[in-house]
Amino acid sequence: MSFQPKIVAFLCNWCSYTGADLAGTSRIKYAANVNIIRVMCSGRVEPTFVIKAFREGADGVLICGCHPGDCHYHEGNYKCLRRFHLLQKYIDQMGIDQKRFNLEWISASEGKQFAKLVDQFTQTITNLGPCSIKTTMDVLS
Amino acid sequence: MTEEVKPKLKLAIYWGAACGGCCVSILDVHEKLFTVVGAADIVFWPIALDIKYKDVEEMEDAYIDVCLFNGAIRNSENEEIAHLLRKKTKIFVAYGSCAHLGGIPGLANFSSKEGIFKRAYHESESTVNQEHVEPQTETKVAEGTLNLPVFYEDVRKLDDVVDVDYYLPGCPPQTERLVEVFMAIVTGAELPPKGSVLGAHQKSQCDECKREKTENKLIKEFKRPFEIDDDGKTCFLEQGVICMGPATRGGCGVRCIEGNAPCRGCYGPSEGITDPGAKMMSALATMIDSNDPEEIKKIIEQIDDIAGTLYRFSLPSSYFRRKIMGNGLGHIRKEKIYQETPFY
Repeated sequence: MSFQPKIVAFLCNWCSYTGADLAGTSRIKYAANVNIIRVMCSGRVEPTFVIKAFREGADGVLICGCHPGDCHYHEGNYKCLRRFHLLQKYIDQMGIDQKRFNLEWISASEGKQFAKLVDQFTQTITNLGPCSIKTTMDVLS
Repeated sequence: MTEEVKPKLKLAIYWGAACGGCCVSILDVHEKLFTVVGAADIVFWPIALDIKYKDVEEMEDAYIDVCLFNGAIRNSENEEIAHLLRKKTKIFVAYGSCAHLGGIPGLANFSSKEGIFKRAYHESESTVNQEHVEPQTETKVAEGTLNLPVFYEDVRKLDDVVDVDYYLPGCPPQTERLVEVFMAIVTGAELPPKGSVLGAHQKSQCDECKREKTENKLIKEFKRPFEIDDDGKTCFLEQGVICMGPATRGGCGVRCIEGNAPCRGCYGPSEGITDPGAKMMSALATMIDSNDPEEIKKIIEQIDDIAGTLYRFSLPSSYFRRKIMGNGLGHIRKEKIYQETPFY
């Protein structure tokens, strides 16, 4: 069987999760590799969440939030954006390809875009192959 | 008469992969050393006493009351003695940042054994090594075979290899804290639950830092300490200098900050936090004064070596214990090597 990546997606409750829901109710087909975790805001996603996801075996991590200016909590998505760039720099230094970690804005009406994003991201991760950070750590414990 | 005299505590101090600063911090008790020696017999301390590993082996199990183990686990010697001392000790204490979190030697986890050997024995500017000699675990000479410890692929903290009762953080730990903890053991005071961090607070450095902190922490630029004109009063973070205070356990008496240098995080994360660097990333993200992706990237570009800065003392204890090298499996270490090749 070909490699099926494990992807963890953190979706904000107000825009992106509703967008993903719309993709579902509109019966749009998209890659089943994504495991969605609903959070109240993309600003709720602590760097620890992302690091732990990789540590526990995720091959890719995706964060989706409201478009800039649309955050339910005014600026949560901006906080997320800054954390995202810090984390990108960190995971790159630890030997994880930056392409494995992505941040996109999905509004409540963008079901189609969400499906397309998941398909594209799954393809990117499939091309990159499994992330070896978990195997690196497993030898220890 | 002998019935009334409390038997003296038996104290052992050992260094793994360490700089020696922890042992010196114990000597820093100055005249209190007499109090320590009055209450305890030091039965093993390689830096100060001529007691061999063999002598420790001959001790009964749980003969030593307290062992302060400083230093990380870098090679098979460190691991072997950690196992040996654990067996011989009642209260086993990880003393200092290296034993607690991996410490400065833990930064070697950004590289591999191969990389370190290449740099140290071949590439460094001061090295002349035309015969390409590298340390071998076994060397045959006329008199027989000589053994050296096995250099591991990566550095581990002490509790990755043995069971640890308490942790005393710091690089090195504050000597006053050591005396407090030591006296608590001597007087038989009730000790905290196993696994506790002793000699430090639960809250962060910022809680006891006296610098002036305002709500406005927004910055457009990250700076190195020498780039600011420090007034000695304003919070380092507000001046754009990365200070690990928010993600670091208090208890050291904010010594670095009192000395006008930002906190580097040697006391490790506050209670309940595993990954101090991740917490620090959260803190730094809220400070960057921009909502424009390009500008944010430019500001973050100013942080050189983000992983080394945020995990200076804690890399082996963080979620990503080490950098992935090649296929990610290059570091596999042969378990129990230390039993097969005794080096002394």
